[in-house]
This record gives sequence, structure tokens and C-alpha cells, in this order.
Amino acid sequence: MKEQAGVTLDDVRRVAELANLELTAEEEPSMQRDLNAILGHIGQLNELDTVGVPAMAQVGEMLGNAIPQRGEAFRMDQVRPSLDRTEIMSTAPESDGRFFKVPKVIER
Amino acid sequence: MSAKAVDLRNLTIDAAREAVASGAKTATALAEQHYDRIASQDGKINSFLALSRERAMVQAQKIDEMAAKGDELQPLAGVPFGIKDVLAMRGAPATAGSLILKGYRPPYDASVVAKLEAAGAVLLGKLNCDEFAMGSSNENSAYGPVLNPRALDRVPGGSSGGSAAAVAADFAVATLGTDTGGSIRQPAAFCGVVGILPTYGRVSRYGLIAFASSLDRVGPLAKTVKDAATVLQVIAGKDIMDATSSERPVDAYVSALTEPVEGIRVGVPEEYFGEGLDPEIRSAINGAIAGLKLAGCVVKPVSLPHTKYAIPTYYVIATAEASSNLSRFDGVRFGLRAEEAKTLSAMFRKTRDEGFGPEVKRRILLGTYALSAGYYDAYYRKAQQVRTLLTRDFLEAFAAVDVLIAPVTPTPAFKLGEKTDDPVQMYLEDIYSVAASLAGICGVSVPCGQTKEGLPIGVQIMAKHFDESTMLRVAQAVETQQKV
Repeated sequence: MKEQAGVTLDDVRRVAELANLELTAEEEPSMQRDLNAILGHIGQLNELDTVGVPAMAQVGEMLGNAIPQRGEAFRMDQVRPSLDRTEIMSTAPESDGRFFKVPKVIER
Repeated sequence: MSAKAVDLRNLTIDAAREAVASGAKTATALAEQHYDRIASQDGKINSFLALSRERAMVQAQKIDEMAAKGDELQPLAGVPFGIKDVLAMRGAPATAGSLILKGYRPPYDASVVAKLEAAGAVLLGKLNCDEFAMGSSNENSAYGPVLNPRALDRVPGGSSGGSAAAVAADFAVATLGTDTGGSIRQPAAFCGVVGILPTYGRVSRYGLIAFASSLDRVGPLAKTVKDAATVLQVIAGKDIMDATSSERPVDAYVSALTEPVEGIRVGVPEEYFGEGLDPEIRSAINGAIAGLKLAGCVVKPVSLPHTKYAIPTYYVIATAEASSNLSRFDGVRFGLRAEEAKTLSAMFRKTRDEGFGPEVKRRILLGTYALSAGYYDAYYRKAQQVRTLLTRDFLEAFAAVDVLIAPVTPTPAFKLGEKTDDPVQMYLEDIYSVAASLAGICGVSVPCGQTKEGLPIGVQIMAKHFDESTMLRVAQAVETQQKV
């Protein structure tokens, strides 16, 4: 298995923290192994010289679909019916009907 | 009420609608017959995650009343459908195959769901899939794998495995799936049905639980090319609720199917026929190519030189976008919340740890890594540049030919558990499908034979952006050839 990308266990923990994921002690080494295998495969991209090649975020740009740059409107700013608030709130794990409720934010 | 059973095998949209319109069968009875079949046979296939019987019956009764009055019926009147569980159906569960959305019932309909129903479709329920549409075998569903109705020891493909299996098992006349890197085309090929990847922007995604927003598309799976075209006709078009949907007028896909394919230029991309392609698939596709020549198509070799870079490019871009899109699942607004957490940040982490399966975690970690400080240029920006090269390959090819013909998958449906231990092997399963996803072009998988063991083989027809009409005409020519 290719290991040239060299993701360490510390890297796995750091990235998990960035992603708000909590990995178990068993998950960490298997994720490290998988990330190294996948990144090893992805390393093939370095065979290509991409100097001067524009980056493509989505296909619309290549098809010449202009994206408004100077504040033109995508659509008219009109009031339209929207979803009912109580229905939205009722799908939440915890709500007082007006707001989402969460555990304590300030940790000390 | 007519109780006479119709043969659900090979029941097409036209036949179902005609049966309802002529009074030979009520929409209510047709829906019941499908529900009976699901009840007796889906226990082993596991394609449906939830049934929306009440809603289906209200709709069927409405259609029956219209038919009884002699009103003109809509294009999908009374036709039973299934919906992949990543699309919102008001009041029905929407799990995306994940525990993290267990219990969530969206209070609105996806635009495609509303369009199907407005066209008369009877929506039977929600279909199993890989968790957040991440997978090529449907083994990543938190609610158990789907089995391939054509061979029960095999996977149905993924991520729209339930959508393909439900059509193949005649649990629904047609279904909706989604395709980010092959998730409609690959299961269609594995299950022996037709599956369309529409051009990026052709079909609204409002109400789709997002995986990778620059790639995700919604499309139909059906028993015939004409059925798939009929569904596409209904769901395509601009939607004010999706800013990425295109203003371009929608072609008349169904009537285009009557035009001959004579003179259509068909490109054979050499990179799609290299080592690793199963010999039986190769020979079936060569047969399809020979058939197109006989029908008057002009076949010529073309090259898509960056093809081998499509998989690494896709797995950077798709995971980077997924890591961002899936940050919304945090236990605050919908679905699961971990019970015991005392602080907000602990609640986020515990909820996501309990709620996400291993493949989803793997992709979130990979995407987060590729976007993190110090690696962004090496991975994400590099992949975006190669995406440009891959797209240019297609644009250059389509200057010389009208459509491309290629395999959908390197192998026929594999066995359950065969590839679950090695993520890279599983990702390589998408080798012939991801390039079209990255380039935003349209593609379709059409059955073109079977292996000696009886496993279905699919062939992929791809066309340039918004040229679904030409693509579907060629697909239908392949289909017609199979029936000869």
C-alpha cells in the first residue's frame, strides 16, 4: 500500500477535530490507513503539469453562463409564501417552538 | 373498482397510463397491486425504506375520479413511482440512508417530487440508498444493503441501489435516483434497467439532501428509454427554488425518439476500453456499436486523454464539497441528537460520531484534509484544474462526434462484501462514470446484454451539455437492437 502522502495519527485527530468528528480509538488507525491509501492514489494528479490551467468550480463557467458580478439580481425580490415556522421547529430535536435549543455554549 | 391483476413485468408508463385511462385498471388497484408485490417480495430485496400509502391512495383516487369523468389525464397519470430517500417528500421520512436523519420528516416536497405528482404520478414511498449517496454498492446504508433482484448474492450498485432494484423487481414502474459520480448509471447497469444522468442544471435539486453540489444531479430510472425520457420531460426545467437550474428551454425528448439515428456520429473513446474492462462487457458493447453502425450511425475512434485522472480528481472535489455540505448535520435542526453531551461542541461531535457511518466519516475526513491549511493548493486547487482538463477533453471530442459510447462499469454486479474492505478498490468501480459527472455532460445507461452467468450489462451513451435528445435517440437504437 502506498504511504507517500504520509498522514500521521496526529493528522487524523487534527482533521477530525476540524470536522467536528469524534473518532474512537479503533477508528483512528483504520482511518489513517484508508486516508493514506486514497491520498496515494490521488497523488497521480501530480503527474500533470497544470500551470496556467484555470481552476473549475462548476461547469456553468465553462459553458459561458454568466454569473452576476456587479450586483445584478438573480430574481425579483418579491415576498412569496414560505414554510411554516412551527412545522420547521417541530422537526428539531429540541425547540421551544420559536427557537432551537442547544446545550451550554460557554465551556468552563 | 377493477381488481383484475395486470402483469407488472415489463409494465411501461404508457401501458400503465393507458390501463388507467381506458378503465381496464383503476389507479387505486394498480397502486395496491404494486404494494402487494412490495409486501410479498421486498423483504428480501430491501429496496423500500418507507411507504407513503396514504398519500399514494389520495393521489390514485384523484386520478380515478378524473378518468371516470373522462378528463384528459396527465402524462404520468396513475403511474406508480418510488423516490430515492435523499429527496424530500412532505411528511415522509427522509433518512438519506443515515442514522443521523432518523426520525426526520421534511415539511416540504422536493421540486421534482411536486412535479411528478402534478403530472399524475402515484408516489409509493422512499427508496434505500448508500448513506448520503456515498457508495457504489448500497452496502453503506444504515438500514441494510439492497440485494440485486437479478442475482440475490450480488449488490444492486449504488448509491441509487434501491431505485434501480425497485424498477428491476417491478415494485414501481419508474423511480427517481441521484447521480454524483455514477449513482444512477452504475446501479441501472447492475440491475438491467435504464438510468439517465441529465446535464448539470437540467433538473432542479431543491429538496435534495446535498452531497457534492457541483456534481449532484437528479434523474430517472425506468424499464425503457422511452419511459425514462417521459419522466425526464416532466422533471426537467428551470426552478425558481434552485439557482443552479438552467433557463434553457427543455427539448421534446419523447417525440425526438421517433427520429432515425442515421448519420449520428458516435465516438468510441479508446481510454474507456483499456485493461481492466471485463471481456464479456467489452464484447457486449462491441455488439452495441456494430448495431449502431447497421442503423446508419457513423462510428469513429476518439480520445479523452485525461480519463485516468478522473477518479483522483473526483475523490478530492466530491469529498471536499461533502465535508462542507455535511457540516449541517449537527443535532440542532433535524434528526438525531446525542443524549448525554453537556456542552454544545461535545453534542456536535457525539451526534456526528453516532450518526455517521464509516464511509461518510472517511469522506468527511478526506475532504476536510484536502481543504485544510497547507494542503488546499496541492489537492483541491489541483483537482479543480484537472477538472478543467477533463471537461476540455469532452468539449473537444464533441466537436467531432455527437455522442460517445462506453462501458458504465468495469465489471458486472459484484458479490456483497467483495469490495468493502478496500475503499480504493470500491472507488475504482466508478472509473467510467465520474468523468461525465465532473464535466457536467449528460449520460444514460442502457441494458445491452448479459453475461454467461446471466448478470445484466449496461452501455453508456454520453452527449454534450443539454443534448439529451440525441443521447436518448441513440440509447433507444441500442435498446431496439437488443429486442431483435
